[in-house]
Amino acid sequence: MKTQAKFIAVAGIIVITLVWLGWVGVTESKTYYYTIEELGAVQGDRAAQRMRVGGDIRAGSITRLSGRVDFVIEQEGHSLEVSYVGRDPLPDTFTDRAQALVEGQLMPDGRFVAEKVQAKCASKYEAAPGETKPGGTSGYDSKEKPGGSKSSASR
Amino acid sequence: MDIFGSFTLILGFVCAVYAVGAGIAGISTRHPLLVKSARQASLAVCALVTLGTASLAYLFLVNDFSNAYVTSHSSRELPAFYKFAALWAGQEGSLLFWSFILALFVASVLISNRGKHPELMPYVVVVMAGVQTFFLILNVFIVSPFRVLAAEGAGGAMQIVAQADGRGLNPLLQYPEMVIHPPMLYLGYVGFTVPFAFALAALLGRYPGEKWIHITRRWTMITWGFLSLGILLGAHWAYAVLGWGGYWSWDPVENASLMPWLTGTAFLHSVMMQEKRGMLKVWNIWLVFATFLLCVFGTFLTRSGVVSSVHAFAQSPIGPWFVGFILLALAICIWAFLKNRDYLRSQNQLDSMLSRESSFLFNNLILLAACFAVLWGTLFPVISEAVQGTKISVGPPFFNKVNIPIALFLLFLTGVGPLLAWRKTSLDSLKRNFGWPLAAGLVAGAIAWPLGFRNFYALVCLILSVFVTGTILSEFFRGARVISSRTGRNFFSGVAQLTMRNTRRYGGYVVHLGMVLVFIGVSGAAFNQDTQMEMPPGTTMQIGPYTLVCQAFTTMPGPNFTAERATLEALRDGKQVMMLYPERRFFPASEVTSTMIAIYSTLREDLYVVYAGRSPDNNVPILHAYLNPLVKWIWLGGIVVVFGTGLCLLPNRQPPAAARESAGPQAPAAREETEVAAERNHVGSRR
Repeated sequence: MKTQAKFIAVAGIIVITLVWLGWVGVTESKTYYYTIEELGAVQGDRAAQRMRVGGDIRAGSITRLSGRVDFVIEQEGHSLEVSYVGRDPLPDTFTDRAQALVEGQLMPDGRFVAEKVQAKCASKYEAAPGETKPGGTSGYDSKEKPGGSKSSASR
Repeated sequence: MDIFGSFTLILGFVCAVYAVGAGIAGISTRHPLLVKSARQASLAVCALVTLGTASLAYLFLVNDFSNAYVTSHSSRELPAFYKFAALWAGQEGSLLFWSFILALFVASVLISNRGKHPELMPYVVVVMAGVQTFFLILNVFIVSPFRVLAAEGAGGAMQIVAQADGRGLNPLLQYPEMVIHPPMLYLGYVGFTVPFAFALAALLGRYPGEKWIHITRRWTMITWGFLSLGILLGAHWAYAVLGWGGYWSWDPVENASLMPWLTGTAFLHSVMMQEKRGMLKVWNIWLVFATFLLCVFGTFLTRSGVVSSVHAFAQSPIGPWFVGFILLALAICIWAFLKNRDYLRSQNQLDSMLSRESSFLFNNLILLAACFAVLWGTLFPVISEAVQGTKISVGPPFFNKVNIPIALFLLFLTGVGPLLAWRKTSLDSLKRNFGWPLAAGLVAGAIAWPLGFRNFYALVCLILSVFVTGTILSEFFRGARVISSRTGRNFFSGVAQLTMRNTRRYGGYVVHLGMVLVFIGVSGAAFNQDTQMEMPPGTTMQIGPYTLVCQAFTTMPGPNFTAERATLEALRDGKQVMMLYPERRFFPASEVTSTMIAIYSTLREDLYVVYAGRSPDNNVPILHAYLNPLVKWIWLGGIVVVFGTGLCLLPNRQPPAAARESAGPQAPAAREETEVAAERNHVGSRR
């Protein structure tokens, strides 16, 4: 019994240390996710935090300036102006209408300054709603294709 | 072929449901024919799923672009080699591939256990068929890979429409390793179904004795080997293809594969407590359950994207099915456990802190803590959203902060644990076993410090690595010396003989040695450097001892892409070492660009060069160079781990009598032999 008590004590110390390390790790690296809509309501302390916002890049909005790249992301009718200031080149998937995930801070003027941009072109590999490729009639699932389109799918 | 494929899967689903039903009926009525028919039905499922998978592969090979899945993931000019890889490139195909691998496992379990364990196997059949049923539901009803493209033709009738060409395979997947990595990882994920089935079967059937634990351990070992290999291949793929200079980023998908590996590793250790001392039975059975559930959870994370992107979850119809299946399986596990928990009563208690038992307990404690930390960090966005209403993610600093100390403690236990005696270890034997290795480790640390090894964790890792290597080598040395002096053969044949006499023990040491190499490799990350600059031809870049001279940029065609290639000369201390050709490839089928990295790899360090893109201002090429010390050790360590796992699975080569004879009480080095013999007697008496 004494040995068991000792074991539990040592195990407890280990667990407490790890919990503490974990807590420190969380405070150091936590990043808030917001939707563009929620971003409008973020104020005070929380506005200075590191955050991540996702959206689709508005077609034609990408402007490459020296030292930064400006673009606009949209999500459910709301839009956000973003300036990318990171030093890594933007990913190849970063194109008009791609899904982008930007990480950085919100400036007081409402512009988002991103240090990191991830982009994915999901629609290239997965069938997306209403997506068509030039030169082909690609239709996949009738559920994903709202009316008005000629093609639909069957099993 | 689409219809044939769908048909095989539907029939497979029917057979799987039958196997579950007939199996349960057979067990409760004790009717041998019902039990037998369940087994046959289960084998039929395997054959049907194999046929279904073969028909999808066929559709890929003949470029049938009337199939939606083929059209999305292949194209005419895609090399045939990658057409196989395209099989598991998307959700539908990879879930079918899950079923296929499961079919392989189920078939090999059923065939290799033919006529054995008549009390246990019916339960095993039911559990495995239950898992097959779930995946076949997904394959048939939810995300079938055999959907065809159709359009409304003349007179309003639906007609199959074939595309002229497919959209091509994601360029990131067009890499040789991507052909091997997913099957290996899947063999690991899916394989845990087998230990799970045996553990649940033994619990449900109150199977007498410990035979099931031997079977479970063996299968866990096999799948653990595949999972380890799969994880390392994945890390290598990320390193060699994704081009961000690293191999592990604590991405949810990576974490998903690490979690079952951690619990599986914990089980492989704690199972020895049950075999030798009859302890931790409850714990072990739950480790097996948890490992299996984490494998299913891992597949779910990988396929549904619940964590990395909220949007994918809603789009994918498989999410609720997976959650439902995991909850159902968990409920069955809990029910079986509550019903039969007296079956798992422990026979012994912990005797001393300085014993093999306590080292295993600590090993398990921290492996589970690591698993929990990884799970917590991965699900943090989901948890924080549920609790606080805001989605918060945690990044690599969180995972590193928790897992680096855990990993180092584990490394320490790797050195200490195997040499501690069962029950209680004397201080004297501690000094004898650990004196030299510990001294060697400290000396290595003392040498490394002035040479610039100033990172605390890296230094601790170095000291511990030398210490652990020392203990392992001294084990081989002592054992082999005894054998070679007795048989008169040379020392190395002594090592070989020693290993073959107790493959489990010495194979385990080899695995540990491989892990030490992996640790050394990972610790090199503390000294990574990188530089990025615009490099028109004629310019040079300096990184560490290397100089990169940019010579030219050329455009060249590939089979299904056009490459823009940079030609760089790498010099080390002024002498030419290698030409490097990082590329950017444009794939017209998918209209996507990807990068091909160039690596000059040595045991000391990797020079890793990425053609990152062109500057938005002046269109000048940008190159990013990384200097990553010791990375090669990780891959070497991986090979050693897999080799060691293979050794563990070999049968021991000497009859117990011979081993007992050779155990002399006089020489201290003969402790090894005595222990070998004792271990074997112990196992022998149980049979």
